[in-house]
Amino acid sequence: MMQALSHNAQWVLLATFLLGMAAGVTGCLAYWKRQSLMSDALSHAALPGVVIGFALAGYKSLPAMLIGAAASALAGAVLVHRIRAGSRVKEDAAMGIVLSVFFGLGIMLLTMANRMPGGRQSGLDGFLFGQAAAMVQSDVQVMAAVAMLAILTVLISFKEWKLFLFDPDFARGLGLPGKWMNAVYLAILVTVIVTGIQAAGVVMMAALLIMPAVSARYWTDSFGRMAALSALFGGAAGGAGTLASLWGEGWPTGPLIVIAAAALFLVSLVFGLRKGLLLPLIRRQLAKRRLKGSALAGRSGLPERGSLS
Amino acid sequence: MEPVLKVSGVAAAYRKNPVLEDVSFAVAPGTLTAIVGPNGAGKSTLLKVLLDLHPRLTGEVEFFGTTYRRAKERVGYVPQRNSVDWDFPACALDVVLMGLYRRIGWLKWPRREHKERAMEALARMGMAEYAKRQISQLSGGQQQRVFLARALVQDADLYLLDEPLAGVDAATERAVMDTLKTLRENGKTVLVVHHDLQTVEDYFDHVLLLNRTVIAHGPAKEAFSRENVIRAYGGALRWLGERTG
Repeated sequence: MMQALSHNAQWVLLATFLLGMAAGVTGCLAYWKRQSLMSDALSHAALPGVVIGFALAGYKSLPAMLIGAAASALAGAVLVHRIRAGSRVKEDAAMGIVLSVFFGLGIMLLTMANRMPGGRQSGLDGFLFGQAAAMVQSDVQVMAAVAMLAILTVLISFKEWKLFLFDPDFARGLGLPGKWMNAVYLAILVTVIVTGIQAAGVVMMAALLIMPAVSARYWTDSFGRMAALSALFGGAAGGAGTLASLWGEGWPTGPLIVIAAAALFLVSLVFGLRKGLLLPLIRRQLAKRRLKGSALAGRSGLPERGSLS
Repeated sequence: MEPVLKVSGVAAAYRKNPVLEDVSFAVAPGTLTAIVGPNGAGKSTLLKVLLDLHPRLTGEVEFFGTTYRRAKERVGYVPQRNSVDWDFPACALDVVLMGLYRRIGWLKWPRREHKERAMEALARMGMAEYAKRQISQLSGGQQQRVFLARALVQDADLYLLDEPLAGVDAATERAVMDTLKTLRENGKTVLVVHHDLQTVEDYFDHVLLLNRTVIAHGPAKEAFSRENVIRAYGGALRWLGERTG
């Protein structure tokens, strides 16, 4: 099957797989920080920065657009924090405000850019829903490297993340600097979002951060295994979505990634070995059968059928 | 003897509402002290202020004659059980191991010796057979024992516990109190936020009555007098009449 893909397409596939893994791991942190929605707010908040980066550079310069994206995503994060700390608005509402305002602003700027004369802005729309096929090899290599860096950062401080996410107060008592952990977390989150939006799009990027972690939770009671599974699911969704969009020629990548992630989620929801819906049903059936069996075997020893239930 | 913990003139607030005002006391080494007071008296806040988890508006806090930052390693903290999400994917052993993280070293993985120490602490709390159990599958009392085991492996000199006996079964209550008394016998100092006035005198040798400020502090027999308790709690205390009458 790989023969059917061009050399560039193979690179794209590898990079989105790695990006999906990084998003899965990062999403696992966000999930236990109760900040799944934050990743959605920040990826939407990246859009105005992409367009401003393009406008300042005067052409579709990837570094300029990604720096712009990172800056506006960070501005979004700061704003969420300010709104929550400085008013009575709760965090979820603050995220909702930032998400919609930044995204609205981004769409407005994008429309203005699209009306500019000349064709330099063509393809900018790809940042909305993702256009993995449009990436060139140098983009792809950067994306793969950044994704691996994010995964490695979490991996080497894995024990610390576990403590910090489970009991931040106790972590501080042990001398783990909470401020630093929060800063590193935000840096990883923004980095993964910014490198991912070209492939998955600002609208759909959050799904790659949220759904793999949620799906992984259904399979295991160990944080390490949850993060590993989340990475695997993220990678699979990223890879599958990209593959489908490469074959579809011109299909946006983001929605296909979301569909793949959603399929994994549905399978986990039903068949998950720890929290899946099917498991309790099977257990109940087995227990019933066992009770019936023992009731038949020792009927004389049991007073009444009613006492079993 | 030099006090293990010296608090002078501490004040704290939530948003703009004052919770603690001019709190001053000193804790002698080798004592087992109950912090007692009505709901909203600032007991948990006091612990958090001492541990720099909640901002202190004014006042001084000294641990072992120095700041908390410098004495961190000698101070163990057991937060309220409901302060964490027990659905977190971890087993009892994982949680106890967290108490050893500083000894293991940052960015390093736990070794066999650390796991053995954590297992010993679990066994001390009667929890050895639950080591691999997912923490959400433990009862409230068992979760509390896991928290205490995590504090034990820290091998601290001063322990601060926030309501370790709230909503636990009788067996856990006994296990916790036995452990705290053993700690005191080994020369450690223990400070416990406690809610059950009936057991104060049986369990603790010192009492700190708190209602936004220190109402009374000293040996249980003196500080935990009828007048002091009434002063701390106001009029809403029928049990005292029952006990003495």
